[in-house]
Amino acid sequence: MSKVENKIRQFLIENFVLSDQVDEMGFDESLLEKGVIDSTGVLELVFFLEEQFGIEVDTSEVLPENFDSINRLAAYVRQKQ
Amino acid sequence: MSILAEAMQIQAGEEVARLSKWMKNQIFHEFKRRGAVIGVSGGIDSAVSLALAVHALGKNRVVALAMPEQDSSPDSQKLAEEISEKFGVELVVNDVFPALDAMGCYDKLAASIKETFPDYDASQDKIKLVLPNNLLEKPGLNIFSLALLRPGQLEQRKILSPKAYLGIVAASNMKQRIRMLSLYYHAEKRNYAVIGTANKNEHEQGFFVKYGDGGADLQPIRHLYKSQVYQLARYLEVPQEIIQRTPTTDTYSAESTQEEFYFRVPFELLDKIWLGMEEGMTADEVAKDMGLTAEQVQRVMDDLTQKKRTTEYLRTIPLAIS
Repeated sequence: MSKVENKIRQFLIENFVLSDQVDEMGFDESLLEKGVIDSTGVLELVFFLEEQFGIEVDTSEVLPENFDSINRLAAYVRQKQ
Repeated sequence: MSILAEAMQIQAGEEVARLSKWMKNQIFHEFKRRGAVIGVSGGIDSAVSLALAVHALGKNRVVALAMPEQDSSPDSQKLAEEISEKFGVELVVNDVFPALDAMGCYDKLAASIKETFPDYDASQDKIKLVLPNNLLEKPGLNIFSLALLRPGQLEQRKILSPKAYLGIVAASNMKQRIRMLSLYYHAEKRNYAVIGTANKNEHEQGFFVKYGDGGADLQPIRHLYKSQVYQLARYLEVPQEIIQRTPTTDTYSAESTQEEFYFRVPFELLDKIWLGMEEGMTADEVAKDMGLTAEQVQRVMDDLTQKKRTTEYLRTIPLAIS
């Protein structure tokens, strides 16, 4: 798995997932269904992506197809870079 | 009439009688209180709750409390006066600005706003929190932006940093919490209960402040969709000015509708989609009934599920281990 996916996964684990759930954090798992992305969580994610990968996120791009899993987030980041 | 439009209809007279009986029993017999205090904002929910309380307890056992502050719309107090007069109850006006100011609410709010708009000037600029536009037209997650309105300029919107967002929410929630404190002061000195005004949309979707407007002894319209609250309002003869007023948050300095701040879909559509979902209908079935696309309906259903799931904490009472 590439660096982008791993960095995103590490961020999610450190900020949203309890240590006993780490093994369950799959790359295609829905973050919405897991309840990770609430109103604060989505802002934290956007802030992280902008800081970490030097991209600028537009509100119109904050869509489930870009934000609902680690793999989708990574694809979105690559497309923006 | 569509199936869902018909299913949304309630027998207003029967519902008022049922709620009145329940409120009377709860307040007089279960809580052993002599009456009730209600915060009135000039909105439809508090107007209906007030009318129900008068129906249940009698006008001499109900007190309306208006609690304006610096950012309240001037209409709010005027309408609170009208509704109190209409239903013949005592109105107490308690300006909560000095208490909020003393607690640093406005300074804290301004400091958090400046993290996003460094040149924010509280003396002339107005702000509001907003979610992306109508969910029926475009998909999108619930990401809050801060909108700045400066005289003579176009509205500016920026996505908030998590720190700025939490700072703004924490400071503005002081407004609802100071109102709760005031409601309980006026209730306790009369040996009255506090009636909350949350409807089903607000309660189940998490559009309330925990221990703020969510702090009350009973919430008589909490089981009703907003659309059904309107039906009760018409039956209870709530003034047309209040019925026709667009529901607002009345929390931020710029006027903000509940739709743009939180719900993202007009109530008349949102409620029917939600009812269909609760009745076990598929997105396709709801779409056909309402003349929408299945994709639009599914988007709203997903948002309803997501908001309910992520706001469970707000509805949880203090927990203890046995």
